[in-house]
Amino acid sequence: MSKYSEILFRPVFKENPIALQMLGICSALAVTSKLYPTLIMCVALTVTVSLSNFFISMIRNITPSNIRIIVQMTIISSLVILVDQALKAYDYETSKTLSVFVGLIITNCIVMGRAEAFAMQNPPGVSFLDGFGNGLGYSVILIILGTIRELFGTGTILEYEIFPLVQNGGWYVPNNFFLLPPVSFILIGLIIWALRAWQKDQIEEPEFKMSQNSPEIVPNPPPTPSSKAAS
Amino acid sequence: MPKINKDSTLNITFVGIGLCLLCSAIISFIAIQLRSVQENNVVLDMQKKIVSSAGLEKVYGSVENAMSNIKTLIIDLDKGEIVNINPDSYELAKELREDGKYKFLSAEEDVASIKKREKYSKIYIEYKDNEINTLILPVRGYGLWGILYGYLAIEGDFNTVAGLEFYEHKETPGLGAEIDNPKWKALWKGKKIYQENGEVSLKVIKGIVLETSNNFSYEIDGLSGATLTCNGVSNLIAYWMGNDGFLNFINNLQKIDV
Repeated sequence: MSKYSEILFRPVFKENPIALQMLGICSALAVTSKLYPTLIMCVALTVTVSLSNFFISMIRNITPSNIRIIVQMTIISSLVILVDQALKAYDYETSKTLSVFVGLIITNCIVMGRAEAFAMQNPPGVSFLDGFGNGLGYSVILIILGTIRELFGTGTILEYEIFPLVQNGGWYVPNNFFLLPPVSFILIGLIIWALRAWQKDQIEEPEFKMSQNSPEIVPNPPPTPSSKAAS
Repeated sequence: MPKINKDSTLNITFVGIGLCLLCSAIISFIAIQLRSVQENNVVLDMQKKIVSSAGLEKVYGSVENAMSNIKTLIIDLDKGEIVNINPDSYELAKELREDGKYKFLSAEEDVASIKKREKYSKIYIEYKDNEINTLILPVRGYGLWGILYGYLAIEGDFNTVAGLEFYEHKETPGLGAEIDNPKWKALWKGKKIYQENGEVSLKVIKGIVLETSNNFSYEIDGLSGATLTCNGVSNLIAYWMGNDGFLNFINNLQKIDV
């Protein structure tokens, strides 16, 4: 049992797709200016990545290795189209807000990444759990972003007023910067910082090191007695 | 399970074709199943905007009830007359593409910066006791980042505003997009459009309209930080309420029975 919960929860904090694997950043910037569309986006992605992992894993033994990426993409895009259609039918308002970003789940690196890295090697049940766990990991970061951005950008959470706005006779002047995509970069950076301060093993080895002025290398070594003798 | 060579040409062809057929079949099936619900959503969404521009959903309790008291008509903007065209087949984007169904506007005509104006327009009339109670007119004009599309609702005297609602725009959230703020939209109710001499005077000004102002009933508080969007709103009112817009039709309405 612990093996399954490990597969399910490891991607949430230990191997978070956004904070550690740096996948799926684009949609994290684009859809998080309000919390409600963010939640819908999280559900859409989690459903897609779980089911795509499940189906890809199911046919992994008959998938020819030289067309495997095409096979994965076919399954992923079919699922995304289904999610998009369902959203248009049952939550039209949100589907208008999310517009192109639901369709762009197809290109979300988390889905492809998990299919290639996990589902191609593991049985369907475990793959489904892995997909679901990664969906959760993505959702955790997006919900944090969505909450902070909506709260400081418009003074509300899920359209419910937390900080009364100046326009409506309150005291809070909304910070429009929080509604713009770049703020997500800063917030994601802060989240990564916090995560790595807590889980030290996530800190990567630096690829390069600044060289030091080492005292061993002396520009012009004084001539040795032997060389003097030779001349 | 028999051992198969998964990298054989036969298996590649089989898996490729099989998967594509299966996926397309499932998608087509679901898409057809959901189509009617989706189309219904689009219609409902539009109706909601139309009804809420005049605040009618509160009067009638629901969008459906309100729509049952609303008649949809197609009018000829130049002649100001009702024409016999089925409103269900009318689509603004289509009208603006078909030759002969729109006209290009010259620089001085084009107050609202929309470049093209359709020949026919789709309008909505709400009746109460067989009299026109509200006239809901589609308006559009350039804001800061793009064209603002909305509905202007006018009361039965054809001069008092019942409300204004934008259903599509690209304005900056928190600044220009405050044209969607209910508090700001509420300012429009009860304002007058035409002065005694027939001139369109309704506009959004900079700052706050004082109650002692002579033009109190013709002016709307400006949105701070959104001067260009507000100018766009003033321009579209000036254009669509003027000669080139719905003025001919409104003048005719006072004479004829609809």
